[in-house]
Amino acid sequence: MSTTQQTPPLDSPHIRRLTPVLEPGHTYASVTDKIASIVLTRPLGLGWLAGFALTFSIVMMLTVAVAWLFTKGTGIWGINIPIGWGFAIVNFVWWIGIGHAGTLISAILFLLNQKWRTSINRFAEAMTLFAVACAALFPLIHAGRPWMAYFMFPYPSNMGIWPQFRSPLIWDVFAVSTYGTVSLLFWFIGLIPDLATLRDRAKSKTQQIIYGMLAMGWRGSAKHWNRYQTAYLLLAGLATPLVLSVHTVVSFDFSIAIVPGWHTTIFPPYFVAGAIYSGFAMVLTIAIPLRKAYGLQDFITMRHLENMAKVMLGTGLIVAYGYFFEFFLSLYSGNKFDVFLVQQRLHGPYAHYYYALLLCNILTPQLLWIQKVRTNVAALFVMSLVINIGMWLERFVIIVISLSRDFMPSAWGRYSATAWDYATLVGTLGLFTMLLFLFVRGLPAIAIAEMRELVAHNAEGHR
Amino acid sequence: MEHERSHRYGLLGEFDSANQLIRAAEKVRDAGYKHIDAYTPFPVEGLSEALGLKRNKVPLITLIGGLCGGLGGFAFQYWVNVVSYPQNIGGRPYNSWPAFIPVTFEMTILFASLFAVFGMLALNGLPQPHHPLFNVDRFKMASTDRFFLCIESSDPKFHLADTAHFLQSLQAQHVTEVRDE
Repeated sequence: MSTTQQTPPLDSPHIRRLTPVLEPGHTYASVTDKIASIVLTRPLGLGWLAGFALTFSIVMMLTVAVAWLFTKGTGIWGINIPIGWGFAIVNFVWWIGIGHAGTLISAILFLLNQKWRTSINRFAEAMTLFAVACAALFPLIHAGRPWMAYFMFPYPSNMGIWPQFRSPLIWDVFAVSTYGTVSLLFWFIGLIPDLATLRDRAKSKTQQIIYGMLAMGWRGSAKHWNRYQTAYLLLAGLATPLVLSVHTVVSFDFSIAIVPGWHTTIFPPYFVAGAIYSGFAMVLTIAIPLRKAYGLQDFITMRHLENMAKVMLGTGLIVAYGYFFEFFLSLYSGNKFDVFLVQQRLHGPYAHYYYALLLCNILTPQLLWIQKVRTNVAALFVMSLVINIGMWLERFVIIVISLSRDFMPSAWGRYSATAWDYATLVGTLGLFTMLLFLFVRGLPAIAIAEMRELVAHNAEGHR
Repeated sequence: MEHERSHRYGLLGEFDSANQLIRAAEKVRDAGYKHIDAYTPFPVEGLSEALGLKRNKVPLITLIGGLCGGLGGFAFQYWVNVVSYPQNIGGRPYNSWPAFIPVTFEMTILFASLFAVFGMLALNGLPQPHHPLFNVDRFKMASTDRFFLCIESSDPKFHLADTAHFLQSLQAQHVTEVRDE
């Protein structure tokens, strides 16, 4: 047929669906220049300064909130028996979940050999670290007595006591601290070649010294690359089961307990899917302004945004499945406490949270079936924010509704957050954003060496 | 002469592309040079084979780390809950091993990862702030877009003039003597 000559083949780059992961025309030097210049030569803009000043002042508010907490104790929060786990634990689970997308992108997509991971893995890993830092703050402060936190770690005390290893709260300590450490290692070894690049291109003595120390004398030797690649691959293989285990262990904090609405076997997979869901939403929330502010549209292309949208849709459906089965199994069990809990979610005092959660997490992402929405940057940004709010609400619903309606009506209660609760939540958002602001100007936000590899790979493909 | 040699690290040739570097590395290897290394801005596929590198020991170190972490983690929990501080929790056995699995798993991952990263750095001899190659001005480009091949003076076949000629015959640009002083 004559028309076949005019229609490009299905895998042709002319078809928009297959926007390349790196816009054409880039060389080793151009990707290096573009990414390194953000750190080394770009002057501090008004936007960055204003953003940093704003987030820094929010961090100051966090320190006030935490200092007041340490002075007065947890009475300044809305928690009380029966709802002893309020915002602090909601925020902890939310933040730790957000971190999961970074590890998923850097480890699982690496093992699956997905080329589109390259330009987003670095800042997604940074996001993981900062999210874990925000999350780790809450177990530390949630009892109002951070000077007791070391009790959680096994150390030879002169009281002769040890932590209780049968408790999920101790598993949590090990899971979260291992996760933080391994994420840091993964991020750092990925950074070593890029730090060497920055060292070699540094304009000032200070930059040379700082990046030189951090690069540890990396010189790109083939023998070094050989071991480096092996270590990186192994670390990806280790981080993959780790990331799945972390939110599983976090869900054990709930599912091992017998509280209605918590004691269910669906929690581990549904928590992990929810974690990846909210994490990808956060990666989009960061990627969209980042590519705009620093002109990185060539590196973080529509392909990346669309793929992330697809992952959100997929994990969103798993989460919807989780909600459905949580609901169904409660009714099917015939257990009167479980059935009552479902009624409380639908008609109880916190029902509006539950409906908002269904709207944010189940209805909104269905728009992502439409390609026009997946490729609309503004729509994706708004949706990523909505999903983040939805995932926060999910943790609120799980924790507060279950605790407020325990087995005996005499033990029922209500919870409402105080200004200090909100100050702490907003404060960690400020801390997270401030760390990102510092990261973007202090370290390469995109993995330079991996982008050079991608250039080499593309050149081979076109030959 | 002996004094001269001790300050000489080797000869460094520069190449435009990864493919040129691989071809040159194969010829250098076939010519019988043993103490050679290449320097590239990103890991180049096929370069390890071209240089005749053997399999590295990082996987073995990682396995040892993982085993130490896993076995040590479990043994520690056993010791704590059975020997040092036994507590009857709901009538469960002191050695309630299923409850020890999450921590055992985390310790396996933690130690395997630490061993992988620090093992890789140790085998690579990093951190190493000083290296003779950093004396060569153009070597800065090895972290951007140039590809280098170095024949070290410790190689038994190394001869300043002959080796330099040989490198030039492989289309190396800017063949430089690397000195350590």
